[in-house]
Amino acid sequence: MSDATPSWQDRLYDQLRANGVDLFVYVPDAGHKTTINRAKADPGATAVALTNEAEGVPILAGYHLGGRKGVLLMQSSGVGNCVNQFSLIEIGRFPFLTFIAMRGEYGEQNQWQFPMGRGVEPCLAAMGLHALKVATEADLAPATQAAHDMAFRGKQGVGVMLSQRLIGTKAF
Amino acid sequence: MTAPRILDRKTAVPALVGSPSDFLIVSGLAGAAKDTAELTQEASNAYMLGGAMGGGVPMAFGLALAQPDRRVLAIVGDADLLMFLGALATVGVVQPANLAILVVDNGHCGETGYQEWHTNTVVDLELVAKGSGIATTHTVSTEADIEAAARSLRESNGTAFVWLRTSTAEPPKYHRNFDAVDRKNIFRKALLGKA
Repeated sequence: MSDATPSWQDRLYDQLRANGVDLFVYVPDAGHKTTINRAKADPGATAVALTNEAEGVPILAGYHLGGRKGVLLMQSSGVGNCVNQFSLIEIGRFPFLTFIAMRGEYGEQNQWQFPMGRGVEPCLAAMGLHALKVATEADLAPATQAAHDMAFRGKQGVGVMLSQRLIGTKAF
Repeated sequence: MTAPRILDRKTAVPALVGSPSDFLIVSGLAGAAKDTAELTQEASNAYMLGGAMGGGVPMAFGLALAQPDRRVLAIVGDADLLMFLGALATVGVVQPANLAILVVDNGHCGETGYQEWHTNTVVDLELVAKGSGIATTHTVSTEADIEAAARSLRESNGTAFVWLRTSTAEPPKYHRNFDAVDRKNIFRKALLGKA
């Protein structure tokens, strides 16, 4: 890292690590690129690529059974893939924390992204997970801490929705 | 596949696992959960899913990552595995040395009325596991196959995968505790000293 002010992605990674998170399971999204790269380069952390976001839900539940903390990084489209696996979080009251890089909302140009972008919050709510929306850098750290505490102290499932206002929009 | 389906899961699963207290065990739903509950008598080292189909292998994988010094065993049905076949690729890339996967394959969806399933016709799960990068694999369809596979479940250096092909004999009748919070707390308390 340079001596410039760390990016919000770097600060997010450092905050998660400071809270004891050491497993990062992911299906890539450009918004998570830094977090994924940091985890891969960090000897104290494990980064695991998934073929499908839904694997991440039971992986993190199993990781919790073993006494440790992980997070799932995914795009909004992945939330739909996870829905039935969220049963495990709700019915077992497993702590679960996911960061969702949103597509299909602010400034989206690819129309294919809109249905699942719209579906994220209803899917989380239907399965008993909480949604915290983050649209500004200033809100990221407090929301991350709130989500972490709800998940790992309150034994809840929490999705932090990172808006395209924060991540930026992709040109097509 | 033409390999026979003569083994009864009620005897083959205990023969393969041996003493279940040597493992931390996660089972998928339905028949595999009954096999596991009967085998362990719902001991504190076993966590059995009652839903979230497909979650058995990834949940065991997560547990194996968290507890590298313990041997972790996933016991899942063929349909459970097929629902998340990509999870084998994820396991294959990481290859936790302490993870063993036992697929109890009766070629049917037993829980829902014994509808014929993919492995009863063409799908070879050992090939799928090999193709996913899992180096230690076994197909078990006769008693003669059990000893070597049982050894791999306990001792393999990388992830072990055992494809047990059984008859359609029913799994054990076992009325287990379906309370997922209760079972989680029992498991964690025994393993970690606190729920």
